[in-house]
Amino acid sequence: MLIFQILLNAIVLGSLYACIAAGFSLVWGVLNVINLMHGSFIVLGSYLAWGAYNALGLAPWTSLLIAAPVFFCLGYAIQRGILNRVIAAPVLVTLTLTFGLDLMLNNAMLVAFKADYRQLVLDPSLGSLSVGSLVVPIDRIVATVFSLLLTLALFLVLRRSRVGRAIVAVRMDRDASRLMGVDVPSIYATAFGLGAAMAGCAGVLLAMIFPISPIASGSYLGKAFVVCVLGGLGSVPGAVVGGLFLGIVESFGSLAFGPEHAITLSFGLLIVFLIVRPQGLLGKQGFE
Amino acid sequence: MKNRIYYGAIVLLVVFGCLPLFDSSYALRIGTFACMYAIMAVSWTVIGGFTGYPSFGTAAFFGFGAYCGGMLINKGWPLFAAAGAAGAAAFVSALVLGIVLLRLRGHYFAIASLAVAEVLREVTNSATELTGGGMGLNIPVSVTGSNSVMDEASFFFWAMWALLLLTFMAVRVIQESKLGFGLICIKQNESAADMIGVNATIYKSLAFAFSGVFVAMAGALYAAWVHYIEPPDVFDILFAVKPIVMALLGGLGSPAGAVLGAFVFLGIEEMVWRNYLQIHSGVLGLLVVVLLLFLPNGMMSISKRLGLTGGHRG
Amino acid sequence: MAEVLVLEGVSRRFGGVQALQDVSLSVGSGEILGLIGPNGAGKTTLVNVVTGVRRASAGRVMFEGRNITALQPYQTARAGLARTFQIVQPFPDLTALDNVAAAALFSQRGMSPASARDFAASQLEFVGLGQHAAKPAHTLTLAMRKRLELAKAVAMKPKLLFLDEVNAGLNASEVDHAMVLIHEIAQRGITIVLIEHLMKVVLTVCSRVVVLQNGALIADGTPQEIVNDRRVVEAYLGKKYAQLSAATS
Repeated sequence: MLIFQILLNAIVLGSLYACIAAGFSLVWGVLNVINLMHGSFIVLGSYLAWGAYNALGLAPWTSLLIAAPVFFCLGYAIQRGILNRVIAAPVLVTLTLTFGLDLMLNNAMLVAFKADYRQLVLDPSLGSLSVGSLVVPIDRIVATVFSLLLTLALFLVLRRSRVGRAIVAVRMDRDASRLMGVDVPSIYATAFGLGAAMAGCAGVLLAMIFPISPIASGSYLGKAFVVCVLGGLGSVPGAVVGGLFLGIVESFGSLAFGPEHAITLSFGLLIVFLIVRPQGLLGKQGFE
Repeated sequence: MKNRIYYGAIVLLVVFGCLPLFDSSYALRIGTFACMYAIMAVSWTVIGGFTGYPSFGTAAFFGFGAYCGGMLINKGWPLFAAAGAAGAAAFVSALVLGIVLLRLRGHYFAIASLAVAEVLREVTNSATELTGGGMGLNIPVSVTGSNSVMDEASFFFWAMWALLLLTFMAVRVIQESKLGFGLICIKQNESAADMIGVNATIYKSLAFAFSGVFVAMAGALYAAWVHYIEPPDVFDILFAVKPIVMALLGGLGSPAGAVLGAFVFLGIEEMVWRNYLQIHSGVLGLLVVVLLLFLPNGMMSISKRLGLTGGHRG
Repeated sequence: MAEVLVLEGVSRRFGGVQALQDVSLSVGSGEILGLIGPNGAGKTTLVNVVTGVRRASAGRVMFEGRNITALQPYQTARAGLARTFQIVQPFPDLTALDNVAAAALFSQRGMSPASARDFAASQLEFVGLGQHAAKPAHTLTLAMRKRLELAKAVAMKPKLLFLDEVNAGLNASEVDHAMVLIHEIAQRGITIVLIEHLMKVVLTVCSRVVVLQNGALIADGTPQEIVNDRRVVEAYLGKKYAQLSAATS
């Protein structure tokens, strides 16, 4: 049944998109910063997985344990050291700043790894699963499951942990949080660190499926944008809903219009939503 | 801007602009690019500086103008007519699109304007019969009627330089006009502006349209100059970002500053490009970061510290 | 007396909240009308609906015989309606002169930036801010900013002016000065609707008072009538007090 195959594809894509976007959405929602380095963080995560596998024999899901703390520290340091200086500046400045930082990061990756696409090939291969007429490669199942687990983990951190509650409080009302004793700069750095960690981990999972190159950072960033606008800013459920929605639109859209129009479709959808419902499917009025 | 430093600098640069007749096609090439980017930076000031809406639409306007101009020239239109038509088409489209797009603010507007460029790029890529699609558009027509490299180089330098003068004068006129006053009020407090009788919707759309018309014309000139364009080339996101950095460098809201910022930035970039080819974009990124962290008011910060500026107008 | 502003059955909902309920009132030309009521009564909403910031959910607003219910704020401004804000809204980086000039430039016909600036200078003199004309608005004190707001409103040459809590945050002598200005504005023939909490001001300045409570108009009369109206007392001070004062008066 073609429709089930496509639906399955949509779920796989959707989960990955949700994972890609969740950290991005957090940073945008809490710090009101669009982190244009997000895509490059993802690619860097993919390289980490590739390197860990080829040099140390570590499976991607194990690499997650390395990626999360490493990227968290990276993100924390960047925010504390650089972004925090302009945190009160207008949108224009923070956007252009992260653009400049991304140019640096991306260039560094290009020099270090070259632009050629690499593939993380698991040996032995995980194979595929056949259920009736549906065929699903197991690496995709693994990636999907871990994406959803990661997203869930972020959700739980925000809901249950002290730090998470502080982050949500800052998102809702920064000044009130400050009055309650929350160390806002530290929270900003933590949130950014979490966003970077999510990106790095998403990159590790994506490495199992997609080819790796610094050139791909732009398209991952684009996906993150679209998911955030579709689903609503600053909430993990928003990223999930947005991700699944985009996954469905792209999968069925590919069927109807051909895969080469997938990007146009998603950007067109982005514009439509920005005009008609900028707060996304789940969001209340987001930040400006 | 009654700032003598700025007027002095502009006059100087304008005069300098005439000077690369030093028989160097390289100098002319740099000069043409400098004028082109200055046009973009000055145009951007209208929507980003005066009105306070962070537009990333410059790439969309440039690409649009390049393709419009290129296709018209291929149909036999003379250069200035093609450029004019491209500009007019951009103006009208931006006016209409602006009414919808400018309801968004801040980040949302920034993304939407960027998304327009992406969509245009994809559409151009797909419309192969019309635009050549991914294979690009050839513009074999020589508008100067001459085959000499120097003639071409000189001609396009003069053309771009003249367009820069036109753009600069137009933006200055806007700045001193009722429209300019209204845009500044909108930037200060949009709802208060509404309440005193400013039709913010129309004003913002006009600002957006003006921020695109000259950029589109520059795009058309560019297409005729390089004779071959393709979507990722003319809709490049860098055309959206660099003019912003240049305008910030020159001091947000100042058209003269934007020209200065463009010339200075391009000068620095050229030196970097020549010496650090492989890490070119990285150094560019570093430049942007340093600029934003340490010179928040652009070069005004330096001139203020040196005591060169009198007051400053917002 | 000609009626400058007429509201017919105006209502406004915000989701579950009925901010204005079937309000009908008229304002005569040259009147100084007091608009009072407890906090949250809908006074500012009423001004917002008349000036077009919010759309009425039901009813009509007629200004000088013209139906202005559907007009946008910039259109009502040009038609002759001006207002001040409870929390002052100047253009912070512009000079006081430019703030007032902007108001004149965009709501009056036939003005240029230059002529608007000339006109603005005289308006600033009128409110007593003449020597501060070149200062950026954000450097002015609250009392000066309130006067700036007044100058802007008057520079629009309105037919009707809404003054929303002009006296909030002012000390006694500043309030007296504001009262003098209001009288002078009224003498220019401008109809004024004054939203006020200070009873002293309402009783001395207004020729007529209307009272809003929970979005509905509960009283309309002279200041003396209003003060003794049982429903008004109840609205402000509660049922018990109203009963007590009715029993003792």
